[in-house]
Amino acid sequence: MPSGVLSLPSGSCPDTMAVHEQFEIAIPSTTEAGQELLERICGKVESLESFSMKDSFGIRLALDEAIVNAIKHGNGFHPEKVVRVSCLIEDDLFRVEIEDQGPGFCLEDVPDPTEEENLERPCGRGIMLMRSFMTRIEYNETGNKVLLEKRPGVKPA
Amino acid sequence: MSTGQRRLDIEEIGGVTVARFVDKKILDETNIQNIGNQLFALVDEDGRKKIVLDFSIVEYLSSAALGKLITMDKKVKAAKAKLRLCCIRPEIYEVFEITRLNKIFDIKATQEDALDGM
Repeated sequence: MPSGVLSLPSGSCPDTMAVHEQFEIAIPSTTEAGQELLERICGKVESLESFSMKDSFGIRLALDEAIVNAIKHGNGFHPEKVVRVSCLIEDDLFRVEIEDQGPGFCLEDVPDPTEEENLERPCGRGIMLMRSFMTRIEYNETGNKVLLEKRPGVKPA
Repeated sequence: MSTGQRRLDIEEIGGVTVARFVDKKILDETNIQNIGNQLFALVDEDGRKKIVLDFSIVEYLSSAALGKLITMDKKVKAAKAKLRLCCIRPEIYEVFEITRLNKIFDIKATQEDALDGM
């Protein structure tokens, strides 16, 4: 390490590329635990000037969809299954990975909810909303782990 | 059926039922279930024929909540009743646009517009 580079304690990073939040956590498959985590992450994002209100809106919406999917559709509210979440928030980056212990799913099997014949189906809009509001969203091959990424002001590719 | 804590403020205005959401965030699964039950009861139990849903206070709305609105819309149509939505914030209206649900629902800017000609 060159001289002059200091290892700074958390919370006192230099202005450039400050890490505002970084953690990994496993939560039980309950609505309450999911909402608590949602508040923790969104509270942090909303406190940062680099994320606009529109960015924060999209992050809350997408994160809620991903957490609910993991708890409900992935783990089926199973009391012994957990949802693992890793979170990184920097000035110009929001990134979470959410992994459940369910069997996963095939992305191609999810019908396009905006097709005329699907418009009145009450389910199937969560993934679409995540795609619309995030810069990047990726599932692993099994379909039990999703990565959400938002860079402020950057629209989806 | 347990409806839980009241999640809608109901008011009768000139023969029209105006239901105002009381939650800023309609994200929580349990909450959404309660909201759904209370919405459906307006049609299934009370037999109301003209309903306006006022979103003034709503800041966030998840896809699960959209699902309840779609089911509500089906119930309303089956009962030959009328449903309008009003006072939806631009960010939330964008959610309706992305999902093309603005094509299904009759959405008005203000409560006055929604009541007009109901």
